[in-house]
Amino acid sequence: MDGLTLTHLRMLEAESIYILREVAAEFQRPVMLYSIGKDSSVMVRLAQKAFYPGRIPFPLLHIDTTYKFREMIEFRDRFCADIGARLIVHTNRAAIEAGANPFDLGTQKCCGLLKTRALLDALAEGEFDAAIGGARRDEEKSRAKERVYSFRDAHGQWDPKNQRPELWNLFNSKLSPGESIRVFPLSNWTELDVWQYIHLENIPIVPLYFAKKREMLVRGSMLIPVERDIPLLPGDSRQQVMCRMRSLGCSPCTGAIPSEADTVPKIIEEMMLFRRSERENRVIDFDQEGSMEIKKREGYF
Amino acid sequence: MATKTEEVITGIDQFLRRDEEKDLLRFITAGSVDDGKSTLIGRLLFDSKGVYEDQLASVKKATLNESAGAIDFALLTDGLRAEREQGITIDVAYRYFATPRRKFIIADTPGHEQYTRNMATGASTANLAIILIDARKGVLPQSRRHAFIASLLGIHHLVVAVNKIDLVDYREDVFERICADFRNFAAQLQVPDLYFIPISALYGDNVVSKSDRMPWFEGASLLHHLETVHIASDRNLTEMRFPVQLVVRPNQEFRGYAGQVASGILKPGDPVMVLPSGRASRVKSIVTYDGEVSQAFPPMSVTVCLEDEMDVSRGNMLAPPSHPPLVTRCIDARLVWMGDQPLDLRRQYMIKHTTQMVKAQVRSIRYRVNINTLEKHPATELHLNEIGAVVIDTHSPLFVDHYGRNRATGSFVMVDLVSNATVASGMITGRDPRVPGAIPEHDTATAALARISDAERQARIGHPPVLIWMNGGAELAYAVESELFQRGYVTHVIAAQSDGSVLLDLAQNVLAAGLVTICSAGFLYEVQRERAGSLIEPNRFIDFDASRFEDPGRVAALIMQELAARGIVPSRR
Ligand SMILES: Nc1nc2c(ncn2[C@@H]2O[C@H](COP(=O)(O)OP(=O)(O)O)[C@@H](O)[C@H]2O)c(=O)[nH]1
Repeated sequence: MDGLTLTHLRMLEAESIYILREVAAEFQRPVMLYSIGKDSSVMVRLAQKAFYPGRIPFPLLHIDTTYKFREMIEFRDRFCADIGARLIVHTNRAAIEAGANPFDLGTQKCCGLLKTRALLDALAEGEFDAAIGGARRDEEKSRAKERVYSFRDAHGQWDPKNQRPELWNLFNSKLSPGESIRVFPLSNWTELDVWQYIHLENIPIVPLYFAKKREMLVRGSMLIPVERDIPLLPGDSRQQVMCRMRSLGCSPCTGAIPSEADTVPKIIEEMMLFRRSERENRVIDFDQEGSMEIKKREGYF
Repeated sequence: MATKTEEVITGIDQFLRRDEEKDLLRFITAGSVDDGKSTLIGRLLFDSKGVYEDQLASVKKATLNESAGAIDFALLTDGLRAEREQGITIDVAYRYFATPRRKFIIADTPGHEQYTRNMATGASTANLAIILIDARKGVLPQSRRHAFIASLLGIHHLVVAVNKIDLVDYREDVFERICADFRNFAAQLQVPDLYFIPISALYGDNVVSKSDRMPWFEGASLLHHLETVHIASDRNLTEMRFPVQLVVRPNQEFRGYAGQVASGILKPGDPVMVLPSGRASRVKSIVTYDGEVSQAFPPMSVTVCLEDEMDVSRGNMLAPPSHPPLVTRCIDARLVWMGDQPLDLRRQYMIKHTTQMVKAQVRSIRYRVNINTLEKHPATELHLNEIGAVVIDTHSPLFVDHYGRNRATGSFVMVDLVSNATVASGMITGRDPRVPGAIPEHDTATAALARISDAERQARIGHPPVLIWMNGGAELAYAVESELFQRGYVTHVIAAQSDGSVLLDLAQNVLAAGLVTICSAGFLYEVQRERAGSLIEPNRFIDFDASRFEDPGRVAALIMQELAARGIVPSRR
């Protein structure tokens, strides 16, 4: 190349940095949603770059359901201390005290209380007018049309018909009273881009992503972490399994996949081979995450 | 076993090294309903995945299950269909795929209801547009509309994909006829790069690899074209523009201006001017998290430190003193209206331009464009999905360039002050010449260096210069020129070729040389004509519609009448 062309990763990086700076400049009280996952790690690195040599001018907000993996929480605290970020942790205490858990309530209801409700409360409490999130358009079909600036009404609700057209890089930050926005600086990144960027930049991620011998509850083809007591079913057994997490959520609701991938390049390779086998099996799907094969291996409840 | 693992590791490392080097192409797909847009996108996404992942798999030497030919895309197509029918038609969906050479972002604009608004949105960031044409139907009014919007939004590369070629027995003559039709029309638009390709999205012919069913077609496959089309020089690398996003000042020692380079190249030591204050300084350093850099170019996001302490804030712009942008409170622009409420000349709006937000009011609507015929009509309102040319007054100055030269500093969006909705997107075409005190744009440093004055030139030549903009073809222009020349005018003809980008510069240069300049460009070069009209003094510009006349003698006579009326008469013969 002529030395005046950026690679695709540097182009995505430049675009995301631009978005983060716009948010910092145009909103009163922005906050970055920090989920501890790989996308969050990338987003935080981009924020460090955007405001260097200054500090990240907004706090990170973690919604702690109390069901996260211990390794996630350890990582979070170390990571935030290392980079000098301001961290806010919010938990829906009332729901926890009332005994909310995924086994009795079901995943959906439990998430509704401990994640969604908790997030809305935290945003209201902090009077945040812009919440920066790490969601990507390629995650699933329904996100393909999501804007970079996504508007929420006074109730935090998303109205798909009332979103603003986004042209060039001219984002309209005007809010009516009570309205807020979610900003998605990683909109144009794919899962592969995220992994490649982690590799290129040597970004720290939670060790759970890497394969290791772990004690697991084996239920059929599912691998369930034994972080806390899980009601046993007949046929369940505890075994040492070489495995890793593809995504990080709450420990009772996140399955592991058997894997030997203990480095970022190996994870990328594994991901490519998954998709190739899907293709051979003629599973035609737009989303890279959406395929049944992976969902089964992850052990979705 | 150990050796096998090693082999895999080398494979993936090589793969990553190569993969991290590729660049990015954004494109948009346009087509009428049922032209095969979903099928094509499905094909590209699905087959390219194959190309991509197989390069890694081949390292492992796994068996390959070739997926050429009869994949059933119905599922995929139906998926998109369903999405389309959800009623969220006012939308653009972004899809992603990659090959070993490039990453691609497709802006997919389904539905025909809100087509203009959607397509303009998708096109605003696109490098390239694929226009689908059904081989059985040929060029339709919609195809023209799509091409027009693509050119309006400044897309340099157009790919005309003649689809369903299987249904016309892969015939070359059908393809050639459609190409000729399209070329005819496209001559009116400013599209520097046109590529025609016959494809069957359904069967995959010429989509990912070249089809052997059309040996007569000598071009590359669609994917190959997308992978190799040269986009690096589409950017403006000559006029540096750096809109300041925010000031970074972590401590007393450091003060930097954070922003994304909009155009041009920025280097330490470069002289810069801060707009609007006009104060001059030099670039001290260009700072990034990964260390200082020796140059910054678009679209890099960097932080610039200047030699001098000055008052710079968000919304200001750094530019070279030798090539500053236009600083103006009045702009000429094309608008694509996107609001549910029509444009109201009595109301105020907000304009977001680069990193500035300013209040603005539309002073007048010059005309509305019929997007099917490209005809212009007088208008008092602009409605949803309509395109018009307007004059806008802003409360504080903007630092602008012509959209054709600079997408970043030539574009803006309009925001409704009450609903806060984004109601229009705008492309700046110039500055209104009627503003009192307007100075010609080409009044730059170079003019001050000239040793020969216009008056001296005029005395030598025997008459003042004038630009005659006329349609009717080059033959007519030359015939008229020879008439004028015989009457004692010193003349020159510029016959516009397909690339209109240098036309105006040429015309202005010949005009500056003092000649009667005949620009044979016709209504095909609308943007330039308009721009000429707003840049050049009114009594030095004649816009002559010759399309009604056959006889060069008659045209020449009418033009001479007009020249005489303006006192442009040769003093010698
Ligand atoms: N024979 C043939 N049919 C095609 C081709 N491309 C698309 N089609 C068919 O044309 C119809 C409309 O295609 P679709 O992709 O849904 O069009 P869209 O409305 O532009 O998205 C479908 O029945 C497709 O199978 C092609 O290259 N050849």
